Amino acid sequence: MNSSSTAQVLDVEVEREELEPRLRRTWQSGKGIWGALTTVDHKIIARRYIVTAFVFLALGGVLALIMRVQLAFPEARFLSADRYNQIFTTHGSNMMFLFAVPVMEAMGVYLVPLMVGTRNIAFPRLNAFSYWIFLAGGLVLWIAVALDAAPDVGWFAYVPLSGPEYGAGKRADIWAQMITFTELSALAVAVEIVVTVFKQRAPGMSLDRIPVFVWSMLVTSFLVIIAMPAIMFASSSLILDRLVGTHFYNPAERGDVLLWQHLFWFFGHPEVYIIFLPAVGMVSAMISPFSQRPVFGYLALVMALIATGLLSFGLWVHHMFVAGLPPSGSSFFTASSMAIAIPAGTQIFCFLATLWSGRPIFKTPMLFVIGFLITFVMGGMTGVMVASVPLDTQVHDTYFVVAHFHYVLVGGAVFPLVGAIYYWFPKMTGRMMSEKLGRIVFGLIFAGFHLTFFPMHILGLAGMPRRVYTYPPELPWSGMNLFVSVSAFVLAAGFGLFFIDAIRSLRSGKVAGPNPWNCASLEWATASPPPPYNFARIPVVQSRDPLWRASSELPVATGLRVDRRELVVSSVVAAEPEARESSPADSIWPLVAALATTVMLIGSMFSAWAVVWGAVPIAIALTCWFWPKRTPEDES
Amino acid sequence: MKQAAIVSCVLLAGLLSGCTGAQSALDPRGPAATDLLHIILVFVFVCTSVFFLVMGALVWSLLRKPSREDSEGAQERQISVVVTVAILSTAAIIVLLTVVSFTSDRFPEYKEASSAAILVRGEQWWWRFDYDGDDSSLGFQTANELHIPVGQDVRLRLQATDVIHSFWVPSLAGKQDLVPGRDNTITLHAERSGIYRGQCAEFCGLQHAHMALEVVAQEPEAYRQWLDSQRRSAVVSEDAAIVAGRDVFMRKPCAACHTIRGTEAKGTSGPDLTHVASRRMLAAGVLQNSAGSLAAWIADPQTIKPGNNMPLVPMTSEELRQVTAFLETLR
Ligand code: HEM
Ligand SMILES: [Cu+2]
Repeated sequence: MNSSSTAQVLDVEVEREELEPRLRRTWQSGKGIWGALTTVDHKIIARRYIVTAFVFLALGGVLALIMRVQLAFPEARFLSADRYNQIFTTHGSNMMFLFAVPVMEAMGVYLVPLMVGTRNIAFPRLNAFSYWIFLAGGLVLWIAVALDAAPDVGWFAYVPLSGPEYGAGKRADIWAQMITFTELSALAVAVEIVVTVFKQRAPGMSLDRIPVFVWSMLVTSFLVIIAMPAIMFASSSLILDRLVGTHFYNPAERGDVLLWQHLFWFFGHPEVYIIFLPAVGMVSAMISPFSQRPVFGYLALVMALIATGLLSFGLWVHHMFVAGLPPSGSSFFTASSMAIAIPAGTQIFCFLATLWSGRPIFKTPMLFVIGFLITFVMGGMTGVMVASVPLDTQVHDTYFVVAHFHYVLVGGAVFPLVGAIYYWFPKMTGRMMSEKLGRIVFGLIFAGFHLTFFPMHILGLAGMPRRVYTYPPELPWSGMNLFVSVSAFVLAAGFGLFFIDAIRSLRSGKVAGPNPWNCASLEWATASPPPPYNFARIPVVQSRDPLWRASSELPVATGLRVDRRELVVSSVVAAEPEARESSPADSIWPLVAALATTVMLIGSMFSAWAVVWGAVPIAIALTCWFWPKRTPEDES
Repeated sequence: MKQAAIVSCVLLAGLLSGCTGAQSALDPRGPAATDLLHIILVFVFVCTSVFFLVMGALVWSLLRKPSREDSEGAQERQISVVVTVAILSTAAIIVLLTVVSFTSDRFPEYKEASSAAILVRGEQWWWRFDYDGDDSSLGFQTANELHIPVGQDVRLRLQATDVIHSFWVPSLAGKQDLVPGRDNTITLHAERSGIYRGQCAEFCGLQHAHMALEVVAQEPEAYRQWLDSQRRSAVVSEDAAIVAGRDVFMRKPCAACHTIRGTEAKGTSGPDLTHVASRRMLAAGVLQNSAGSLAAWIADPQTIKPGNNMPLVPMTSEELRQVTAFLETLR
């Protein structure tokens, strides 16, 4: 023990009224710009993440509308082929890599520490770093859009179209590096979440008391950790082919074109579940208070999450059914793809059972849950269809598939997400969103969505391929395309109103108490919005629904210091408290490291040597970041 | 929701009956596509039924007045049973659909026999077809218009010259990719004579949208005649205007990219034009073939199909008229 430990102040030693101001002093981020750049508070970072991701949603939505204007009429000349190809590629890449995955992770970054009852996420500086890297990746893509140099090879960037010979200019490099940026940030968040869930749960929150949402983020994080190496290898080898002249994907030099597809989809299919599983977690969280009972089938839901996660690595070939692979292999992947309907069905049945045995309250988040159930079941049905090899040979790469994946992505993930924003908005901001507008938002989004995407199933069966910038007037597709385009504006109006509601409520929404919906999980046990230290005293968990079962007041653990950032480390299974650990203070180095990484990654689009000289500033930034401070040992 | 379903049924019915010869999986004109439509209908039927069952359960759960009498424990046990049954039924349906899918999975291998071996090559953004003769002198090449005999299995070898493309003529069969460095095959079988449109289905770059083809299925006799006429080299008439057009073609860069058998034009990077005037469409389905559209294409291919690999070849309007007249004789 060194000298500073003699001066330590424990929370049991200070007066009740004294406690919160002192904790605030210890945990609060700095003021002003400097404070904003150095903060490591998971709530502030997550809020930024969420807002940024929604900005990307809006931008990607604008691109979708532009596409729909072009497609409203046959042989329209609103967009050139080149523009259209840039736009659909950016729309897809943006929605997947800059909106859907980050927003789900961001919800986890905000909620997981609160739900497990800790004061900050594990590795908070890494968390800050991950946001800056994500932002840089997004800017790279969108600046390319502004410069008319956006990627134009589709969001799965198949070689050889994206290779050195056919992908001219820097467009495919921009795509590949954007992937590297978002991989990096996603991996960082995944590691933080796994450690937070395993080691920082409030005392007593044994594995079987973890909220389903936290389980879903845990499984998702493992998917990220397992799937990312494949895409890392893919995007790096693509860059090498393009820049250094390797021949990973060049058949003339015995490279293999299909290797790219295997690598991409080995990552790409789990990617869909990286987006979907957190949404299941959100639905589980929302359905409980609005049915006024705990979610039915906790164990079945958790098992289904894990089963989906495992199965998701055995399906990737169903994206390649028409690439000419041996039929025996395809049969295996048909069976495994269909099998995923079983855990998905389990989740749906558990939700239905919750509704059946509960007393539903039809608030906006609940409306989105219902919208999710309807839409996702439809998406699941078409998923079963495309899993069949023979059927897929007709619908693959047509508008049928465009319909299918929007049903699962928008219906399965974006509906729950919008519901989740209505649900957790009061927690995050202290104010409620409008219930009246919420109903209109739901109506517009739900109706607009189905009117936009349902006809696409038929268009696909009627022969319309996807990723075409126009189509001939002779074919019987014009009427339905016009209808779809008009409907897309209804959908967009719904999202527009949602943004208006959110911004308006931020200032003038009804003030929410700590627990406006009468929920059971720990994030509702603290003030809205939560103070920088989350909980004045760490709650002790005695049941799966701590706020419902607790007789009067939540029991708490004490013995943490108030004069420095400290949190409880607990055991993996039973969440027995094991140690007090210090939590890092604010730091500018994550931002500096992110800037250095950005320079290196952008440089490496132009010269392979950038990896060499770019490593120097990164090394300096990391050295400063990890420079040992003279802090006392953590205590058991 | 219901409305959407009704609307879709109506639309589906309309499409099923309405259009002919179009490019539609709902309008099969051969055994493979017919089988596929049957599978689609089985899946649609099963999935729609399951969907409405689940929606029924949803509506019921939401509207139900909960009776507070049942003890909680008993109720939970009851629901567990129902949920378990539902999960097991899901599994059963999945197994059923998997089996349906497997049993019909082998359709491309209907019969080994194939009367013609045609090599299909996808190029940015058009189709090259090589017809082998029994001896090499009988072989010939054509573009974007694939003729096949009715009532026979025709085996196509699929190759890509540049990037990945996908061969898809939905009224005759499912799609199959053309992958650089690989040899794929697909079997076409048309029941009746007719013209079936198809289109590249894998995104292949700038003009992916304009990479169509037509399959012309002919009675065996007509097909044989077509083969014979395609095998013949071009005959250039003595007419002065035509000869002048031919000279323009040879003098300008045209001949560097296009072949016209029987002349000194031997370029191979563009479509073979030996019988270009006999084809229905130009530029992979972009233009209906006529003297006017042919001239328009030659005058400015980059406006008609921006970014395609045929450059604008500057010529006077006189030269344009002559070269068009010459090409018009290539029947
Ligand atoms: C405003 C709502 C949306 C509309 C109207 C819309 C429309 C479209 C259209 C028309 C395409 C097809 C482009 C083509 O094949 O040429 C497309 C592709 C795509 N969309 Fe959306 N979309 C919307 C929202 C979303 C969302 C929220 C996501 C993801 C969470 C998403 C993910 C994708 C992806 C991954 C593609 C494929 C891009 C590619 O083929 O490379 N979309 N969208
Ligand atoms: Cu193509």
